[in-house]
Amino acid sequence: MGICLVLLGYFVGAVFFPPDGGVAGIFIALGAWFFMSLISYFTGDSIILATSNAQEVSHDVHPQLFNIVEEMKIAANLPVMPKVYVIDEAAPNAFATGTRPEKSAVAVTAGLLSRLNRDELQGVIAHEMSHIANRDVLFMTFAGILLGSIVLISEVFLRSMWFSSRSSKRYRAGKKVAGGQAQLIITAVAIALAILAPIVTRLLYFAISRKREYLADASAVRLTRYPQGLASALEKISAVKLDLPSANKVTAPMYIINPLKKKGARLLNLTSTHPPIYERIGILRSMIYRANFLDYQKAYSRVKGESSVIIPASGLRQTEVIPVRKASMEKGVGETGKKKGVRELVDLMRAVNKYAFLICACGLKIKVPPDFKKSKISCPRCGREVEVPLAELAALTAAAGAVTAGKDEKKDEQISARSQQVYMRKGKGWESFSCSCGRLLQISPAFRGSHIVCSTCGRRTVIKS
Amino acid sequence: MIILLIPLIVIAILFVVFIGIYNSLVRLRNRVKNAWSQIDVQLKRRHDLIPNLVETAKGYMKHEKETLENITQARSRAMGAGSVGERSKAEGTLSGAISKFFVVVENYPDLKANQNFLSLQEELTSTENRIGFARQSYNDQVLFFNNKIQMFPSSIVAGMFSFTVEEFFEIEEAGEREVPKVDFS
Repeated sequence: MGICLVLLGYFVGAVFFPPDGGVAGIFIALGAWFFMSLISYFTGDSIILATSNAQEVSHDVHPQLFNIVEEMKIAANLPVMPKVYVIDEAAPNAFATGTRPEKSAVAVTAGLLSRLNRDELQGVIAHEMSHIANRDVLFMTFAGILLGSIVLISEVFLRSMWFSSRSSKRYRAGKKVAGGQAQLIITAVAIALAILAPIVTRLLYFAISRKREYLADASAVRLTRYPQGLASALEKISAVKLDLPSANKVTAPMYIINPLKKKGARLLNLTSTHPPIYERIGILRSMIYRANFLDYQKAYSRVKGESSVIIPASGLRQTEVIPVRKASMEKGVGETGKKKGVRELVDLMRAVNKYAFLICACGLKIKVPPDFKKSKISCPRCGREVEVPLAELAALTAAAGAVTAGKDEKKDEQISARSQQVYMRKGKGWESFSCSCGRLLQISPAFRGSHIVCSTCGRRTVIKS
Repeated sequence: MIILLIPLIVIAILFVVFIGIYNSLVRLRNRVKNAWSQIDVQLKRRHDLIPNLVETAKGYMKHEKETLENITQARSRAMGAGSVGERSKAEGTLSGAISKFFVVVENYPDLKANQNFLSLQEELTSTENRIGFARQSYNDQVLFFNNKIQMFPSSIVAGMFSFTVEEFFEIEEAGEREVPKVDFS
């Protein structure tokens, strides 16, 4: 991007001040960038906080949020505690700001707080803290200003060309232009650059932004040792299609997911500040055992199917083994009242119908139908293999057999359950689960079909909502 | 003249490199110390929270005297421990006692509804996490430091000024390797 700015500065300068205005042009362009950077360095974070109606909170107002921020501050080894803000918006989202770790802030929306449990909130905060610790805010601000300067210079240049070419025709015709051919070529190159440079830098800017998001995800996993927390937080956040009115183009890269998504509209991958959320979830979900940077890189290559490096070399050099921790004891705060009651009722019905309940190490309760025949089942949340106690199951089914025998309509269901896997959709957003062969399958919000066929092993998985 | 200058320049460069390595070693050692004091702060915080917790729970948990006493004892033992190894062991016992306590609490709905207890529980959960994260970041720093003083060329400087390898802070967590339970209820 810097090269773009320098090149643009050189040629525009050469057109305006021939014969050797090129160098002056570079200095003017760099000066413009430096000056704008300086302004934003000292005022940037207060502006974004002010435009998004954020309210600062203390430990007394929201102890859990405050505690989690402090936990992550300790984990990330930040010198001071960032300020904590809450935005009164229903759309679940969060952002971090502050060009230096000493003067930083994290803000979350009220919608986020009401939807996530402790582990998920921790994942989100860890992502934001990684933005602070990696100095992404500074990085993206400078990149954004670089983009801004290039756009500004190109606009000024193109407009001036437009007007000067009209007004100076008569003047030039009489005077005979010195330099002739060479000057004409330089002008042509300058015009081409003025048109192309903003486009190229914009694409570069988006690419950098996406890379920093992946990096922040990887750092968040390293901090919390718990990729599933962030993954399920992203699932919950992406399930809600609400716009955040206070966000704009400039502040968008700072949020945890793109706050400017439109209902149903799929943005082109190339011009998005954030990587596609299903890919982020897929990477996190497939990190089952280890939480190192290297493991994130491996998971990234596995899910994306490409080998581009997203983690800086210094991160990949750390080869020590970091195991993933288990879910915390606390139950989700998101599930209360009516929803909880329904779930309990459904569980009770299953218990009556002799379903077995297996508790996976990630905390998920897996319901196994009584005629389940495989000795292992893979957890739909984390992909771990869980042993099925077949002998006990068989004993239970035999006891219940006398009652259920003769019911024909049940038989059909049982046969299909034996040959297929069933996945119950949790909501309407992006969801992912592991096929029993271990491959990660994903369901998009637009998915309307009845089943998915695994591309590795060919098993059918029935999707029920 | 020039032949004389070359060794001088080489020595000067070596000297600057030497100072750089020494300074980075000192910086890393200070980071280790700082991370250790972070753990200390959080452990102290936990010790301060426990009497409050026991006091609140006492009225509700008349039949769980043993659990409460275990916590109190583990706390006083942890407060009296000396060396790093001894401390990590005592604090590990305390962590175990606390998590056992929270399992038992599930049987006391009255206590779980108590506002005071709820906020104490959040504070204690957070403190447990903080201790975990502080330990994590301490171990990270120790690893950096140990790597640095064992690797060439900084190992030479480390040997000259007797920088010694730091100890990791390990807590053995019981129940990490438990098999998933089957619940047929």
